[in-house]
Amino acid sequence: MASIELRNIKKSFGAVNVIKGVNLDVKKGEFMVFVGPSGCGKSTLLRLISGLEDITSGEMLFDGKVVNSLTPSKRGIAMVFQSYALYPHMTVYENMAFGLKLEKGHSKDEIRKRVERAADMLQIRQYLDRLPKQLSGGQRQRVAIGRAITRDPKVFLFDEPLSNLDAALRVATRIEIAKLHEEMNDVTMIYVTHDQVEAMTLADRICVLRDGLVEQVGTPMELYERPDSLFVAGFIGSPKMNFLTGEKAAAQNCTTLGIRGEHMTVSPDGIWEGTVIHTENLGADSYVYLEMGEEEPVVVRLDGASDYQSGTKLRVSPQPENIHRFDEAGKPIR
Amino acid sequence: MGATFDLWKLTKTVLFYALVVFIVVVSVFPFYYAILTSLKSGTDLFRVTYWPTSFSLDNFRQVFTQGEFPRNLLNSVFVASVTVILALFLAITASFALSRVRFRGRSLLLMTILAVSMFPQIAVLAGLFEVIRFLGIYNTPWALIFAYTIFTLPFTVWVLTTFMRDLPVEIEEAAIVDGATPWVIITQVFMPLMWPALVTTGLLAFIAAWNEFLFALTFTVSNQTRTVPVAIALLSGGSQYEIPWGIIMAASVIVTVPLVALVLIFQRKIVSGLTAGGVKG
Repeated sequence: MASIELRNIKKSFGAVNVIKGVNLDVKKGEFMVFVGPSGCGKSTLLRLISGLEDITSGEMLFDGKVVNSLTPSKRGIAMVFQSYALYPHMTVYENMAFGLKLEKGHSKDEIRKRVERAADMLQIRQYLDRLPKQLSGGQRQRVAIGRAITRDPKVFLFDEPLSNLDAALRVATRIEIAKLHEEMNDVTMIYVTHDQVEAMTLADRICVLRDGLVEQVGTPMELYERPDSLFVAGFIGSPKMNFLTGEKAAAQNCTTLGIRGEHMTVSPDGIWEGTVIHTENLGADSYVYLEMGEEEPVVVRLDGASDYQSGTKLRVSPQPENIHRFDEAGKPIR
Repeated sequence: MGATFDLWKLTKTVLFYALVVFIVVVSVFPFYYAILTSLKSGTDLFRVTYWPTSFSLDNFRQVFTQGEFPRNLLNSVFVASVTVILALFLAITASFALSRVRFRGRSLLLMTILAVSMFPQIAVLAGLFEVIRFLGIYNTPWALIFAYTIFTLPFTVWVLTTFMRDLPVEIEEAAIVDGATPWVIITQVFMPLMWPALVTTGLLAFIAAWNEFLFALTFTVSNQTRTVPVAIALLSGGSQYEIPWGIIMAASVIVTVPLVALVLIFQRKIVSGLTAGGVKG
């Protein structure tokens, strides 16, 4: 329900500049994901948007109004923390109702209705009378999400909400968050993660951060197909994009040549030759690691299982339409 | 080989329990002897026995009927309770600031608070007396509450500050996002989580205020305003050469019982692991 604009936002802790001038527009009802390696400032940026941290300089606007000095609750945000941050001494119901009780002007019936509606959305109605310590990690995180929904926020902030869950639960909760976004499509959501799979699957748009600056903003497919820098190219996509330098790159008139594992084909008349050093079979597909005299082995992603012995010589060709060329500065040549 | 090993183990066990018995006897015997004496009467008092020989509640009756002892007991309850409430209120708000609000000179302030508790009572007695006279609360319970709160606060603030520092920051931030003011955070979020620390510090503050003698002797003059430790010390017999041991012991027992009861009650209330489940543990 709110559009967010960041105008040259800077944040420093003492002498350390963490956010070095971020400009960003988040549209109404959009699901924006901040990704980046640890220490890039993505969590700090989220905390600046939430109001838990003061902005050093720059302007933050919600729906065109400056909110720099507003408290989190006045901004109309709700936040889900990595560590759940439930109130341990309150039942699930009390946890979810706490914000509404503090807001004043809500009748008991109304609070109960809103808590129950949120609990139904997340299927935690049967736990309403329990204490957080009687719940599993996944249930706790759903309560934390429920607490945020109950308050009917304009902006929904997630700070790495899945990183404390195990792999299976992470996928299930991820789908639940995606469903939530569909149901609450007028609520702007901002989600911080270091996991690019979460970013790719959840985001309407992704904002890649590096060292306190925005590296690129775009839809997941834009970032995947047209990365604006070597850094984004290497960060988005799994397995990582292969980077080739030297002769192979020079043959394509660039300093660094990027090619994803899935965009290479094995054929006897392939233009590059490599030695198989390792094969990973994942069932539906497999990764073959080739030694080609590059810094890192080149990964080729093949459909189905492969049974190449280590030491086998293999010839591969890149699909010409999927080659990414970068100049010396790491910028793309298009 | 096995036999000598067993012997060594046995010796260790015996020594261990001998030490336990020794410690228990040393700490409990005085109280036991006080109970024993309080139940004796007449010249029986001066015969040394280690088992109850007579059972008379005369001394207890006299304590309550002679002089102002019930009044002194009420004074003690009032002074100690108000001191605890006041000290906990001040300490919990102070420790919130000291543990959660970033401000210049915070650690210096913490060290100063600790330093205050190093002064011996006698060193500040004269100064404190002047302050109390100036405030016009001399010879009232407020003089004692004032003095006891000052002496309890450093310890209480320190314990609560340490405890509050360990509470997860995310819980506080979640409360801020929910729209809680610092006061709501303290009363509705932190205080329920801090029960164990509050009970412990409160109990220690209560015991200290209950047992205190020097200030109580100095800042009160009349029988009506005295607290029990002073009242007991000033209990007199028929003549100035007679010390009423039986009554003194009965009064001491009466004064000790509430403390023992309090500790027993709250020991059960000290719930550990209250923060479990709030954040990923």
